[in-house]
Amino acid sequence: MRREIVTFLILFLLWLIFSGMFDAFHLALGVVSCLIVTLISGDLIFQNERFTMNHIKEGIRFIKYLPWLIYQIILANIHVAYLVLHPKMPIEPIIIAYKAKLKRDISKVVFSQSIILTPGTITMDIVDDTFIVHCISKKVADDLFTGEMEQRIADVFERENTKRSL
Amino acid sequence: MENFFIFTIIVIGILVILCLYRAIFGPTVMDRIVAVGVIGTKTTVILVLIGIYYKRVEMFVDISLAYALLNFIATLAASKFFRTRKSILPGTKFMKDREAEK
Amino acid sequence: MIVEYIIDAFVIILVLLGLFFLFTATVGLLRFPDFYCKLQATGKGDTLGAILILLGVILYNLHDFSLNNFLVCLKILFIIIFIFHANPVATHAITKAGLDADVKPLTKEDIRK
Repeated sequence: MRREIVTFLILFLLWLIFSGMFDAFHLALGVVSCLIVTLISGDLIFQNERFTMNHIKEGIRFIKYLPWLIYQIILANIHVAYLVLHPKMPIEPIIIAYKAKLKRDISKVVFSQSIILTPGTITMDIVDDTFIVHCISKKVADDLFTGEMEQRIADVFERENTKRSL
Repeated sequence: MENFFIFTIIVIGILVILCLYRAIFGPTVMDRIVAVGVIGTKTTVILVLIGIYYKRVEMFVDISLAYALLNFIATLAASKFFRTRKSILPGTKFMKDREAEK
Repeated sequence: MIVEYIIDAFVIILVLLGLFFLFTATVGLLRFPDFYCKLQATGKGDTLGAILILLGVILYNLHDFSLNNFLVCLKILFIIIFIFHANPVATHAITKAGLDADVKPLTKEDIRK
């Protein structure tokens, strides 16, 4: 039940931002439509889980992870600009398989999106816990294999799980 | 400032025309899907800038938001469609098997 | 007055940086040999370029502060968050489609030829 309430609150906040009207009629419309959506698909955002304090903690840790990601994105763009504007285009594409230790779905999703946004790599496919990654040169592949990004994402999303299993 | 935003709109428009070259003459279907996605992102930005220029941002932002959503879904649908319709791509395994059958 | 000029300068810097990254994405789309490499350029350059230009627009919009303007800024922020999530997903979807359709990625030797 708690996850439905949180879903409703998120939807209603979005309604307030998007409508921009604060009179009784429009607020009532918002409450009715958010209730209908919550009844039909209240289990979409928090799947098969109850909403707990862990979600809030994960959110805070994820926001702390973002500055590093933005720094990596800027590095990636400078790298792409260098490759594109170089007259000879020094690329040597290579495909690697990267075996990750991440367990949960959400951490896999965040990891693959981070791979796409960081220098010279895009995720092509995910089979169980093997990431098939297209790298634009050998050097970027070595950067990925240091495992720094995976460690950071494990810190964000997998801390509670490891504690529970201990 | 208005002149600067007009300049920005014109530059992004030129970039869209350059992308259009890839969308029309692209060697494979996949190149065209990529080009259309890129044009969609640029159009989202252009719509917001047009709103700034005409001083009606609150209206154009909604259009831009809807365009971003539509563009995302269009890219997903196109890539899903061409994943199942392998025969459309030239030089693929499906096509070679077909030629071998003949 | 001076504060407004400083804000304008920041807006111009942000928008010009965004234009540069959109430009690199477009040139990458035109120059790179196969479509996996093209996605390398567009997936990154388009995301950051669009985000920087929209951030500049938000900063410009905060000139005269009112509730309406603040809501518009929140909506533009929502567009930024959406682009930030949707662009990598679209990139991954296209790559996966190419992989499933057996489009062979070029390797170092193919490019040398």
